[in-house]
Amino acid sequence: MRTTTGARVGQYAALLAYLVFLAFPFLWLLSTAFKPPSELAGLHPTWIPQDPTLANFRQAFDEQPLLRAALNSLLAALAAAVVAVVVATPMAYVMARHRTGLARAATGWVVVSQAFPFVLLIIPLFLVLKNLRLIDSVPGLVLVYVVWALPFALWMLAGYVRAVPAELEEAAAVDGAGRLRILVSVTAPLLAPGIVATALFAFITAWNEFFFALVLLKTAEKQTLPVVLTHFIGAEGVADLGPLAAAAFLATLPSLVVFAIIQRRITGGMLAGAVKS
Amino acid sequence: MTSVTEVRRSAPRAPDPGRRPGRVVGHGPWFLVLPALLPILVLSVGPLLYGVLLAFTDAQSGRTEPTRWIGTLNFRDLLHDTLFWESFRIGLVWAVGVTVPQFLLALGLALLLDQDLKLRWAARALAIIPWAMPEVVVGIMWRIVYNPDAGILNETLRDLGLGGDRDWLSGLATALPAVIVVGVWAGMPQTTVALLAGLQNTPRELHEAAAVDGAGAWRRFRTVTWPALRPIALAITALNLIWNFNSFALVYVLTQGGPGGRTRLPMLFAYEEAFRYGQFGYAAAMGCVMVAAVSITLAVFLVGRLRGGEEA
Repeated sequence: MRTTTGARVGQYAALLAYLVFLAFPFLWLLSTAFKPPSELAGLHPTWIPQDPTLANFRQAFDEQPLLRAALNSLLAALAAAVVAVVVATPMAYVMARHRTGLARAATGWVVVSQAFPFVLLIIPLFLVLKNLRLIDSVPGLVLVYVVWALPFALWMLAGYVRAVPAELEEAAAVDGAGRLRILVSVTAPLLAPGIVATALFAFITAWNEFFFALVLLKTAEKQTLPVVLTHFIGAEGVADLGPLAAAAFLATLPSLVVFAIIQRRITGGMLAGAVKS
Repeated sequence: MTSVTEVRRSAPRAPDPGRRPGRVVGHGPWFLVLPALLPILVLSVGPLLYGVLLAFTDAQSGRTEPTRWIGTLNFRDLLHDTLFWESFRIGLVWAVGVTVPQFLLALGLALLLDQDLKLRWAARALAIIPWAMPEVVVGIMWRIVYNPDAGILNETLRDLGLGGDRDWLSGLATALPAVIVVGVWAGMPQTTVALLAGLQNTPRELHEAAAVDGAGAWRRFRTVTWPALRPIALAITALNLIWNFNSFALVYVLTQGGPGGRTRLPMLFAYEEAFRYGQFGYAAAMGCVMVAAVSITLAVFLVGRLRGGEEA
């Protein structure tokens, strides 16, 4: 296709503008994390810390129980990811392979569930979990995360199932394999990459989640990383910028790494889920 | 209890696929569905209905007297609650103010990424960052950017000689625009990825044929790209509108709804009502009003757009 040089220059200029807009807040966070208090207090902050230091990181760990919070987050996110995938895979299979009323209702639910404000959900959930004595407990939070991750997990997984040719399963059935046998030894291996991607996505969703954790966990020892991060911001909104930046940066690393791994698959999954057979 | 009966009722409704030839899975797939259906019913559908019921009661946190039905009293109170309607208005301004620029910027970026440009990989990599970040961290990060003294925004303005002594997040006039910018930044990647996926599905031959026929870039976009992109654009915009209207964490971290309630989104309002003041019933009523508003807006939006599509 013909593109004039002028248009090309314009395109590169626009792309550069996007790059700057996307990158600068993150670079500034990094820069702030390595600045000593003296540089943060003065006017005229610079992009590159003049006197880079790791003191902010040490102070962040001293000020707030970051390690324990990270461990809580890790436990909750891992459990939620595993349970969500174990529970969602069979249902996604049914949604993809059967055109039953149930499967259609489930697909409808996936879409509708996106529209509800959490506040309408959280009050009754709070009461239900309280009755089950699961309030202020990590298992209770995991349950909520599973349900919360389910719509998108079902959506992604159903897309992956559709990508597995049904003929393979039918061939196995002709060979006399039972239903469970077919699912375990024919379908599951082909689905494995999709299942891993979905689990990782559920993991990130739970690792990043804030609202439910804020409402459901009251004991300081049980709180997750995002909730603990907000403790760096004082009641008057005054924050110790250095440690705040350091802690925020550390909390992002796991999500960034996991996301970098699965980014392509997520995009693929969204597309696969969107394509109707 | 209700949920259990519902499961039983819905299970036999699934037709027996064993009767259909060519289907491997027979005998009704209920046991495959149950593990996901049970938690959905108990912890999602159930609570939602319970939440709607709560809106018609005087439920409060930590009260010893039994909760009573009060009919539509909560809704009648809500009707006269000017604070809530102010918050509702802010929520609409926020949702539209974020969704529209988000879509336009994402469309621009997606079109660029669809071209054969050299720095594409960098933009793709960078676009991950806002998506992967915890919302709390996004909020914290932008607080640092907006910081009056140590922030890069004011420093840049000072360098350019444009003042630079503003406290963006505390100023009555600047707080809402400032958080809207953060909302746009945070939600752009998802929209971009969705639109880019749509772009890559548009038929390339059609594009080339149009170019050969001498159609300019704008014409090609209008006649070839846009019709193919429309369904995805509609879906992602509708979702963004919903997500933005219901968002909480970003603004909670950035301003906590301040200054003077200028950024108090409906979610923050309802959260405070429920978990600071313990007014469960009243907050549930707010939730119901929000759901109704979202549903109506969406219906109008989608019907309007679909009709527009028929004319085009």
